[in-house]
Amino acid sequence: MCLGVPAKVLKIDKGRALVDVMGASMYVGIVFVPEVQVNDYVLLHAGQAMTIVDEKFAKESMDEWRDVMNGTPNSFS
Amino acid sequence: MEHLTHLADPQTIRQSLKAVIQLAEQYKKENGRIPVLMEVCGSHTMAFAKSGIKTILKDHVQLIAGPGCPVCVTDQKSIDAMIELSKDKNRILCTFGDMMRVPGSRFSLMDAKTEGKDIRVVYSPLDSIKIAQENPHKEVIFLGIGFETTIPVLAVTVQEAEKQALTNYSIWMSTKLVEPVLRELLNSKEINIDGFLLPGHVSVVTGKNNYNFLAEDFLISGVISGFEPIELLRGIYKLLHLLLNNKIDIINDYTYMVKNEGNRVAKKLMEHYFDYHDEAWRGIGVIPKSSLILKESYAQFDAQKKFHVSLSEPRKTKCRCGEIIRGMITPEECVLFNKGCTPLRPIGPCMVSTEGTCAAHYHYMREE
Repeated sequence: MCLGVPAKVLKIDKGRALVDVMGASMYVGIVFVPEVQVNDYVLLHAGQAMTIVDEKFAKESMDEWRDVMNGTPNSFS
Repeated sequence: MEHLTHLADPQTIRQSLKAVIQLAEQYKKENGRIPVLMEVCGSHTMAFAKSGIKTILKDHVQLIAGPGCPVCVTDQKSIDAMIELSKDKNRILCTFGDMMRVPGSRFSLMDAKTEGKDIRVVYSPLDSIKIAQENPHKEVIFLGIGFETTIPVLAVTVQEAEKQALTNYSIWMSTKLVEPVLRELLNSKEINIDGFLLPGHVSVVTGKNNYNFLAEDFLISGVISGFEPIELLRGIYKLLHLLLNNKIDIINDYTYMVKNEGNRVAKKLMEHYFDYHDEAWRGIGVIPKSSLILKESYAQFDAQKKFHVSLSEPRKTKCRCGEIIRGMITPEECVLFNKGCTPLRPIGPCMVSTEGTCAAHYHYMREE
């Protein structure tokens, strides 16, 4: 029930956003992410965008993990 | 979103598994036993089972499913009450799909729908507002089950009902909060847990700081994790790394979704509409201040105040969902598992829900 799905914001219109969810378009609420902009990715839950996906952090954690896998000394804790 | 495809890269998953097993073996050598970790979230439980990680790691890390499936932890009396609401022909019951096949003591919502009762599955609670507008002569009730991820959406729904001055709309609040149940589990000392894999989407709302109590009050670590195989393995690795280095910390490993302070707008809305409430949990009992209900000033939208439901004591079965939720037994230890209780004919909620531990074991870990 706490499932969340990522979606891309296509349009913002009167307090809601048209998003692309894996190829399907739908309107969702954006009350929890008032700063959202077109082209942002958001996490959807029960018809509401709950957070904006921060791609910079996503890349950073993956790079960090690759370093660990490649034998670079652990540095994260 | 290129990174999401990287998270499913088979080679990195294999490498990650190897790295986790290596640390787990080191832990076993130093402690004479394998580490015991609890994944709190039902979606994590399902992801561990579906990806095969739980099966692959079973001799290296004991992964215990926690109380993070909202339908599963809902008290039988509460489920019976929600199902009983459907009896009146002047009501339309709206619910998330998970609730439809949950067995009540006498019948399920699916049974009631088959008999012709007006029960509708909605994707968003806001869809039920539209149904109330379209049916002004009927009472529309939304079954508000969920953890902190869902509770803010219920707040927005009440806000909308208030804005539209609806008089035929209410929510049957049956919400649950993560912190009180984790405190209860740790205080009960029924099971030994070395670390927690913390729920990613609940944390989007609550934030990382919500879990500082684990480190401060119980000296236990936690890692907030995403749901892809690499993220799950990375979460375990980080927990093991902390354990092996005798460190206690709360790590946010889902940084692209979760902020330290959570979602301020969502928290503010929850504070505005809801009060804490002592809630009964299946198999655990009443936990103080473990749920949120509507404030007295919004009683007109509170289905529990609006409708009287008379109930007898729930029917007793051999279902052991209560112990499974507390992490005390595995589904295979329940005499009903894969015999009297299957996804097609479930006896307990853990076999019904898409996040239920029994359903996860049945679909992905069953040994014929």
